[in-house]
Amino acid sequence: MTAIAAATAASTLAACGGSDDGGGDGGGGGGGDASANEASDIGITEDSIKLGAHFPLTGVAAPGYSEIPTGADAYFDCLNEAGGVNGRTIDYIYRDDAYNPTTTSQVVNQLVLEDEVFAIVGGLGTPTHSAVLDFLNSEGVPDLFVSSGSLLWGADPETNPYTFGWQTDYESEGKIIGEYIAENFPDAKVGLFLQDDDFGEDGEAGIRQYIDDQIVAAERYTPGNTNVGPQIAALQAAGADFVVGFNVPSYTALSQLTALQLGYDPQWFYSNVGSDPTLVGNLLNNFSQGTVSDASLLDGALTTDYLPTVDEPDNPWVQEFQRIWDECGGDGELTNYRIYGMAQAYTTVQALQAAGQNPTRDDLIEAIEIAGGDWEGPVLAPFRYSEESHMGTAGMSISRITGDTTEQVEPVQLTDIGDAPIEDFDGEPAEVPENGIPNEESVMD
Amino acid sequence: MSDLQSPANTTAEGRTTGSKTAEEAPTEATAGADQPTASRRRSLLPQSTLLRHLLVLLLAAVGAVVLLEITDPFTNSQLATLTYYAIAAGGLTVLTGMNGQISLGHGALMAVGAYTTALFLSADEPLPLPLILLAAIVTATAVGALVGVAAARLHGPYLAGATLALAVGLPGLAIYFHDVLGGEQGMRVRAPRAPEAFESFISAVSGNSATNTKWLAYLGAICLLITYFLLANLIRSRIGRTWRAVRDQEVAAELAGINLGAWRVLAFVVSAAAAGLAGGVLALVVRLAAPSGFTLVLSLALLTAIVIGGLGSLLGALLGSALLVFLPPFVTDLGAGWGLDNTEAAQLAPFVYGVVLIVAMIFAPAGVVGTLRMRWLTRQAKRSAAQSSRG
Repeated sequence: MTAIAAATAASTLAACGGSDDGGGDGGGGGGGDASANEASDIGITEDSIKLGAHFPLTGVAAPGYSEIPTGADAYFDCLNEAGGVNGRTIDYIYRDDAYNPTTTSQVVNQLVLEDEVFAIVGGLGTPTHSAVLDFLNSEGVPDLFVSSGSLLWGADPETNPYTFGWQTDYESEGKIIGEYIAENFPDAKVGLFLQDDDFGEDGEAGIRQYIDDQIVAAERYTPGNTNVGPQIAALQAAGADFVVGFNVPSYTALSQLTALQLGYDPQWFYSNVGSDPTLVGNLLNNFSQGTVSDASLLDGALTTDYLPTVDEPDNPWVQEFQRIWDECGGDGELTNYRIYGMAQAYTTVQALQAAGQNPTRDDLIEAIEIAGGDWEGPVLAPFRYSEESHMGTAGMSISRITGDTTEQVEPVQLTDIGDAPIEDFDGEPAEVPENGIPNEESVMD
Repeated sequence: MSDLQSPANTTAEGRTTGSKTAEEAPTEATAGADQPTASRRRSLLPQSTLLRHLLVLLLAAVGAVVLLEITDPFTNSQLATLTYYAIAAGGLTVLTGMNGQISLGHGALMAVGAYTTALFLSADEPLPLPLILLAAIVTATAVGALVGVAAARLHGPYLAGATLALAVGLPGLAIYFHDVLGGEQGMRVRAPRAPEAFESFISAVSGNSATNTKWLAYLGAICLLITYFLLANLIRSRIGRTWRAVRDQEVAAELAGINLGAWRVLAFVVSAAAAGLAGGVLALVVRLAAPSGFTLVLSLALLTAIVIGGLGSLLGALLGSALLVFLPPFVTDLGAGWGLDNTEAAQLAPFVYGVVLIVAMIFAPAGVVGTLRMRWLTRQAKRSAAQSSRG
């Protein structure tokens, strides 16, 4: 570690020296070492790259989601200790928007105009990030890997050329769930429990492509209204024996408690967003005032995955992330949300490496469009990045929650929005590179 | 509700100490009290209220241009945020400080203005911006009139409860009519681009680049100045005096032939109009109208702004709004400077805001502007009392 630090310091000195004797002729570099670094765009200096993000660190959405940036932060810390990207350290700034779009617009203004970040990475939330979509694209700030599965981020790269999605979109997720039910539960009477916004709508659109005739009821809840009794009772009355929920974690807990009160026991299937067992367990404990103490209610429920999870301690990626969290993380345990943040940070580093030695903001976008579709990493299925699509990963596996662990019941499936077919993913899980740091070639030289 | 009571109490105090000292003593501790005696002293300013306000408006406009041109783009965007808070707080301070009605529902009225603006701007060929903002004002005024009629019959905690229901319930409409109003993720707003005249104005004034952020800050500042000019005139007029009469002594006001209900409704309507305009500016600056932007927290923030600044004072409303906008990022950066991680630093901001509020309550119960003005008036009164006793 000391040797690396010394080397970084030396190269930093060299870089500074280089810029002193006339910065104009330094452009011809292109070697792999840090001495060829220059401040190629806003937020990039010879020895650092500044990245920004907005997350709910306080307020109702903070439980769970506020852990994502701590995971990313730990990953970048370990990366910086190992030498950073092309000799530059990552300076990661994340700010609190309390899941309020008005605040999001203020903090992103601050990140872009005052902190002068090179790119925004992993901004969380559909309503919150919507507020800054136009601003980032009109200012030409790369808006990478939005933490939301809305179609807004990637389906229309002509309108939003600087924005990229990351996680599986809700429509593709709905399609994969729909096909799984059609094949494995052809006689089930399916009820849908949906959040009344794009999340529920996209999910429903996907799932109806496969099992429209099996669906006996579709009930919607309004976020903020904590009484889901009418919806669950309506699903029960419609005779649904298989309920698919496109809902956030707090509504997983609420639906479970309500069903318990009503004596309703269908097969549950929660989409990825609402199924984190640890968080749902805490929420159940909270809402039931201690009567239900863990996520045992979720036993036997099905869910989807696009990332390895903490309940797979044998997975090499989880082991590597555990090491990074132990070495560079803060207080608390490694959670699925922190893995999410680290995986996002991993993709970010891939993008920065692909963008070359001295990238501009536009180089970064072009590099993701050229190379992003081939990147491998902790995410189970490849991304769909190209000039035509800025959608994130396209695939998911399906697993069953049993006690504290999950068992996979269906391997990774690949699909896309619209009427794209669903296929088995035949690729191998990616191997963990040394130190958990990717090694992508520059595609911009 | 003690906020509402406090001006009345301090008023009584002010009156007793006042009558003890001299004729010109302060009769009002509220920041909103206008003092003809005090203004008569300022010989530099014109006698006519309208001329005086026009002069202040002109100075403020020059000040705004200077401020927006010497600050960096981020501060420009913060100032744009400040303008919509200040417009809404200005309207609220007229309602609460001048007329003694409390409203926890101004966030919802801002939502009305914001959604109206978003709807008009989403048209294929949107109307000119001033017309759209006017429409936002008119819609919010209509809603305000409706609420005002109910509010005029209510007092203190009941009024707070009724307006609270508005703040909680109204944003829900956006989710219920999600096909038109965009549901939870709201309606995205594309602010019209700056006219060419603006670009040439900026390049003539300072040579800075006329960015969209700057244009929105100017737009907000123009709306703010016009609103405050109109409100200031209203406060100094017969209408303002009647409002204060209704606030301070209902019985006396009624005996003087004032229809309490009608004047209360009028105060609510004026205040709703300001909230509507603030909502319109908010939609343009934030580029979004979404229910999660108009939670109860917004209404409470406006109320704390006018309490900290000084009830009934437009300057106080402006100061309180500035605190809302500038304090959280300042504290967060301070926390980060102390070596807290970003999450802890973010959690520091609401804490410090609460502490500031409590400190203001203890040391400046009439708000910053109110307390300063009270001190100044008391000193004036003492001096003149000393003079008269000497002479």
